Amino acid sequence: MGNATTLAMFAGFGGQGVLFAGKVMAYAGLIDGREVSWLPSYGPEMRGGTANCSVTLSDDPIGSPLILHPNLLIAMNQPSFDKFVNEVAPGGIIVYDSALIAPGEMRDDVKALGIPASKMAEDAGLAGLLNIVLLGAAWGLSHFCSESALHEAIQKSVPPSKEALKAKNEEALSLGIEAAAS
Amino acid sequence: MAEKTLMKGNEAIAEAALRAGCRHFFGYPITPQTELAAYMARKMPKIGGTYLQAESEIAAINMLYGASAAGVRAMTSSSSPGISLKTEGISYMAGADLPGVIVNIQRGGPGLGSIQPSQSDYFQATRAMGHGDFFLPVYAPSTVQEMADLTFIAFDVADKYRTPVVILGDGMLGQMMEPVVMPEAIDPSTLPAKEWAASGHAGNRHHNVINSLQLDPQKLYEDNVRRFQTYEEIKRDEARCETYRTEDADIVVAAFGAAARIVRSAVNQAREEDIRAGLFRPITLWPYPVQALRELTPKAFLTVELNMGQMVEDVRLAVEGAAPVSFFGKCGGVLPTPDEVLLEIKKIAEGLGV
Repeated sequence: MGNATTLAMFAGFGGQGVLFAGKVMAYAGLIDGREVSWLPSYGPEMRGGTANCSVTLSDDPIGSPLILHPNLLIAMNQPSFDKFVNEVAPGGIIVYDSALIAPGEMRDDVKALGIPASKMAEDAGLAGLLNIVLLGAAWGLSHFCSESALHEAIQKSVPPSKEALKAKNEEALSLGIEAAAS
Repeated sequence: MAEKTLMKGNEAIAEAALRAGCRHFFGYPITPQTELAAYMARKMPKIGGTYLQAESEIAAINMLYGASAAGVRAMTSSSSPGISLKTEGISYMAGADLPGVIVNIQRGGPGLGSIQPSQSDYFQATRAMGHGDFFLPVYAPSTVQEMADLTFIAFDVADKYRTPVVILGDGMLGQMMEPVVMPEAIDPSTLPAKEWAASGHAGNRHHNVINSLQLDPQKLYEDNVRRFQTYEEIKRDEARCETYRTEDADIVVAAFGAAARIVRSAVNQAREEDIRAGLFRPITLWPYPVQALRELTPKAFLTVELNMGQMVEDVRLAVEGAAPVSFFGKCGGVLPTPDEVLLEIKKIAEGLGV
């Protein structure tokens, strides 16, 4: 048996780093030597409303890269949460920003973790990195990749022109991992 | 060993073109193809190439004609409505026997349509990329790796047969990222000289004339016959396809590009339910891999496309009634799901009693 296939959906407003967080996960899968696909939504739905991206990490070649029933949902705003909460596969994981999302009555067949990621990031001087805080929490719950791959993926995904952001992203990642552990 | 990196399909096409020695790109922005032009705009100036954003798609294709006539490797790219605008120039290129690579990252149509993925330009690509009697090779990648590999090959095929070549992708393949290993770069100065090109003769040879106008009917007739002899060579030597789990298949599903990925998932699901299904995936849409398809002997064929049913006609032509051929598809940017394809496979299996 290989590792479990991760079918992750990142969803939020355009500008929240939805696509970037997905890219970090995809890079982590690549570094672990797995099959990887990253598919963004694009076009007018990116402006306002819900931007999302589907990331698959698998030991087998990936057929359709479009994820309809994720086993990991990372939700960054209310409309995205509402849109995808009932699409998550039974037994799946939902990580959401509880400072931005009121989950209402939660399904009992999924594992859900709400953390105030945007507030945590802001308080730590990492404004705007709620995406990576949530990614860290998701990793804490699901270990979708090796720990070393996760850190290397941050290094790979932040462009050299924004070198200073690497440390901040690492900090944000740690915040999320700790939040998932507590 | 070259490094595996994550790239968008659109970017992989652009990088592979540069590595194939393409130094001239003529573009005009249109979703979902724009990353390709943007990549070229970033990279071309750094390697001494030309990135030119034309005033229109029609201008861009005629710039491709000009660059190709001068003997260099050149490319243009667009998406469905923009490709329609280019077809006049593509016909001129075919008539003037000019190589060149044209990328279509398809979106839903007709008209301006949507900007979401579609395969509704199959007929256009394989039958009518402009007026007149001509065909051109059409490559249909299904992964980001193939977008790189087939683009690289497309330049060789274009030069070898002196024909425009089409890369037919779609919004899903263009926008998605996957790991890709790039082909080794070619130095364009090491490519064989094109004796026919209008690249300056310095008084050492006669003029090369590049033109698609031939007013003498007998000569035009002969030109067309000669070109169709070349098409026979292309049909013989360049058809490509992939078969997946077809050896013992009762039902073979034919699909290309993004649709083939959805079908691959459905075929695996069918196998888990003990239905013997397989995938036939043409990689060249013209020439259609007729021989390879005829070698398969399932009890039934199903064709799955992101359109209302276009390639299904080529499957029927190839199969020649040896087995029933049915169609399932969605269009306009709506994608069929693996579950929906599985349902179609099950319906056929039930009808066959397998």
